[in-house]
Parts: sequence; structure tokens; C-alpha cells
Amino acid sequence: MIRFGVVTFPGTLDDRDALRAVRLAGGEGVSLWHGDRTLHGCDAVILPGGFSYGDYLRAGAIARFAPVMETIIQAARGGMPVLGICNGFQVLTESHLLPGAMIKNNHRAFICREQPLRVETSQTAWTSAFSPGQEIVIPLKNQDGQFQASDRTLAELEAEGRVVFRYQGWNPNGSRHDIAGITNPAGNVVGLMPHPEHAVEPGFGPDSAAGARAGQDGLGFFTSVINWLSAGAAA
Amino acid sequence: MARVIVDIMPKPEILDPQGKAVQGALPRLGFGQFQAVRQGKRFELEVTGPATAEVLAAAHQAAVTLLSNPVIEDVVSVRAEPEPSLEDPTTQGPAA
Repeated sequence: MIRFGVVTFPGTLDDRDALRAVRLAGGEGVSLWHGDRTLHGCDAVILPGGFSYGDYLRAGAIARFAPVMETIIQAARGGMPVLGICNGFQVLTESHLLPGAMIKNNHRAFICREQPLRVETSQTAWTSAFSPGQEIVIPLKNQDGQFQASDRTLAELEAEGRVVFRYQGWNPNGSRHDIAGITNPAGNVVGLMPHPEHAVEPGFGPDSAAGARAGQDGLGFFTSVINWLSAGAAA
Repeated sequence: MARVIVDIMPKPEILDPQGKAVQGALPRLGFGQFQAVRQGKRFELEVTGPATAEVLAAAHQAAVTLLSNPVIEDVVSVRAEPEPSLEDPTTQGPAA
């Protein structure tokens, strides 16, 4: 069974939800502590949402130097699938595993909504179960969600097909190019502001065609990795 | 005892939502003369000895690795400041 490590920093909020999401997708969830230097045999790692170290200084800035991050950065460079959700995405940009940075939403307010996204590429560890152009709906909840990057970085991301998710219908935070999530050149590291782990179980997800709170579009993130790693092992 | 002051500002080309919020509040208090506000951060790093060139170099290194994010922020100054003795009325403030 694929082992997903889920990191808990002081101030992390969504670690339990991420562990539950992984189990519902058919994986095994393993709790990782920010002070750990080992990944306890995990095959993939999730950096969940929250306010690591109080988000003092900048969101994710202090978490990036936690002992567990040194190991994760090495593993990510070696090809291990890593997903950063919300605060986890901010940690990935602060770690320079992904380019750009997040600043406060352009309207300056906290926002919480069911957010439609367009999946732009299935060529990543975390989106192989989706098809390009597919629309999904998962929750979005943050205050510092505005993706910023230089013109040159944006051009690179677009040219290399590394924009993974774009906001659909309305840009909720002023992110450049409507970017909700991006990947590294190898496709194993993905970061996004919205929360797939909150859309994995009927009764607790966003409203969908199947009914109120029936949305499970987040499950595909985790089944993607299971498929990606299984395919790699078979190849 | 010496103090190193590090000033960090959001890059000019990046929207500064906090500055915009402050700018919106100023006219309501009668301060209508300020057309733009940008908000940055000031860090005060204390060292027990003097602020040598090595200390300033280390402060600059800390400024670019942890205190600022070069994607969105600029380190606008790293400088030594002798600790002002606020209790002493004869002190005219830092010399440089």
C-alpha cells in the first residue's frame, strides 16, 4: 500500500483531514512531525493547510526551515511526489521547490467558498487521474492566496505546461494568470491554494450534480499518486 | 551592544494589499494628502559586541535567506545603529 506522509507543523490545521483523505483514496496515512528528520518509509508527502508557526514573518517562511523539510526537499528533488495544499503550497514556494510566492488576497479579505477549477494538465503525479480541461470543484479558504511571480517565471510556467489548475468563473484573490496551482518541471511536486482533502466524502464535500455536499473531486489527487507510483514500479 | 536595522519593502511592481488598506483609512481621518502608501517591515537584530563588517554581512545574509522573500520583497537597507540611550536627555539620537 502506498504510504502518504502528512506533515504537522505547529499551527497546521488540516493534517487530520489529509490523513483521512488518503485512507479514503486507498492509501495509508502516516503522520510526520515537523522535527522529524526521517520520512518513515513514505512514498509521497503532503504538506497540509493551516498557519505553520503562526505564519509569522511570511506564510510558510519559518516552516520551510523545519528539520523535516530538509529531508522532504531532498526527496522531492529525487522525484518523490509532494503535494502542498494552501499553507503547504506557501511552504513549497518558500522552499524554492516551486516558483513564485503568495501575498494577501487583492480584496484583502479571508475567503471561503466552493471553487471551480480547470485541470490544465494530467502530466503530474497528483493529476494523472484527471483529464486536461476537466472542471472540478473543491473548497478554497485563505487570506494569503494571491499567486505572484515575475513575467519571466509566468512565461516559463505557461510555455512548459506547468500551470496545473486555473480558477474558473471568477479569480478569487487576484492571482496572476488565474493560477490556482503549479508544478515543477518533473511533475512530482504540485502546490495549490484550494483544498482537495475537503472534497473526498459524500456528505462533507461541496455541492455537486450528485447532490448537496456530495462532491468528491478531491479524491482524484490521491488516487493519481497511487496510479503514478504503481505505474512507476511496474515500468 | 549594537543593533543592526534591516528594512524590507514589497517590490514596487507588486500590489501591496496592506498598504492599500492603510491608504484607504487615511482620508477618513482627514489625511487626504497621501496618494499612496506602501507597508514594509523593519527588523532590529541585536548583537552583544560591535556591529562589525562580518556582523553586517551576516545580517545581510539573514535578510536575503529568511527575513525577505526575493520573489516579492526587496531588502532596501542593512545598517548598524548604535543603541540610543533613551533615558539620557543629552543624547541627540544616532550619529549616523
